[in-house]
Amino acid sequence: MTAALQETPKPKVVCAPPAIEVTTLTKAFYNSDADSVTLAVSDFSFSVARGEFVCIVGPSGCGKTTVLRILADLESKLSGEVKLHTDDAPAMVFQEASVLPWLTVAQNVALPLKLKGTPHAQQKARVEEMLALTGLTSFANARPSQLSGGMRQRVSVARALADDRDILLMDEPFGALDEQTRLVLQQELLRIWEATRKTVVFITHSVDEALTLADRVLVMSPRPGTLVADLKVPFERPRDVVEMRRDKRFWDLTYEVWSLLASPGGT
Amino acid sequence: MSTTSRPLTHEEMHRLKSPARRERLFRRASLFSPLLLLLLWEISSQLNLIDRRFFPAPSAIAQTAWSMIVSLELFDHIGATLRRVGIGYAMGAIPGIILGLMLGLSQTMRRLLGPIFAALYPVPKIAILPLILLIFGVGDMSKYVLIAIGVFFLMFYNTLGGVMQAPQIYMDVAKNVGATRFQTFRHIALPAALPNIFTGLKLAAGSSYIIIAAAEFLGARSGVGFFIWASWQTFAVSRMFVGIVVISFMGYLTILLIEALERHLVPWAKQ
Repeated sequence: MTAALQETPKPKVVCAPPAIEVTTLTKAFYNSDADSVTLAVSDFSFSVARGEFVCIVGPSGCGKTTVLRILADLESKLSGEVKLHTDDAPAMVFQEASVLPWLTVAQNVALPLKLKGTPHAQQKARVEEMLALTGLTSFANARPSQLSGGMRQRVSVARALADDRDILLMDEPFGALDEQTRLVLQQELLRIWEATRKTVVFITHSVDEALTLADRVLVMSPRPGTLVADLKVPFERPRDVVEMRRDKRFWDLTYEVWSLLASPGGT
Repeated sequence: MSTTSRPLTHEEMHRLKSPARRERLFRRASLFSPLLLLLLWEISSQLNLIDRRFFPAPSAIAQTAWSMIVSLELFDHIGATLRRVGIGYAMGAIPGIILGLMLGLSQTMRRLLGPIFAALYPVPKIAILPLILLIFGVGDMSKYVLIAIGVFFLMFYNTLGGVMQAPQIYMDVAKNVGATRFQTFRHIALPAALPNIFTGLKLAAGSSYIIIAAAEFLGARSGVGFFIWASWQTFAVSRMFVGIVVISFMGYLTILLIEALERHLVPWAKQ
């Protein structure tokens, strides 16, 4: 019986090379004034399959944002290896309002296309598609200052999707939002992900959010961050963010992750 | 708002709106306070409470101004001053903005060139007028250069500040969407600094008129500054006052123009 299972693995899992491979990633910060070294991330290894949705959870200050910034090439690593098996650089959805205040919603979404020199008609069509996907169509000409925080993060997501890159990195994109808005956006993100099937690495400090969204949850230790656990999230898709809370497995997993986070993990 | 809520009573409505009403009244009244000062001046001058030789009545000044407008004499001076300010302003503002953006974006350039600007900035612009005259002669070029120097530093420091104050996340966004160095300069740093650039443009407009007035006192045969100086030398006090009012008004209008441009180009800074 076990042999039979091993003989018929899902072909996708075996054939598809991972989109992201990180091996013993280490990052430290040096403060020359105090001559002190802070180890932020220590020997962190993980991989993400193509089209997989992975959440990284960890206590604040554990270096999870640093890991993401290294993946996005916004920061340099100290040692270890980061391999991205994609043609283009990852797109990023940032923590705070990263929407540019001098551009309208549509112009913000069009920015990556405009800078690439995409033909105007193509830009317009793509922007319209992205606005429709994120529910922003009627706000196309609004300025970011006229939008709520949740709406602004929608713009951020639409902009990251605009030039259709393979990997989407999300750095606590809903962290600053109230709980209800967050739930709505989580459901929206799931729908968008179903439609686009991007490879997603999503950083969050919310266990609840990680389990709601991810195929796999990576739990990090407090600083210096390293991998404590790699948990599969078994819920079938498409998911309903409210309904899945009736599932006992959701709470079992919540308990499991919390007990990992609460125990003194890495050293 | 909701259908079940009761409408506000007349008295409640009155109380609700009264602060706004008072505000409107004050705003209107505030227009008249400068006029009140002018009226006070007129009366004191007419009644000889102040020396009429030094402070001719506003009505007398207005009369002088009118005759000068009719004879078109005033417009030659205004034209000469405007040309000098306009050209000098552009000569200073454009490199000031460009260098401000460049140093704002590049730490290396900031370290290399920053100290040079910091050392030159405190030199009083009028103090180097003789040097400028020596190099560029007594013609208009020396005025352009003097104004350009004054404008340059204000634009440079305001633009630099604007880029430095821009949230780091904008630069991260630029990098993540694949902006080139020039695209970051043009599409991120410039708009991010634009509110500060406009603050600089207004300050620079004010100081341009200070500089041109002083420069025209000493080394010009035309312009409103020259006109004020020449009027003083011939003790034509009314004409001198006309000159002062005209150059103040020119500065005021310039700043209004820049503010209109700002509303048009920086609509997001309203909030």
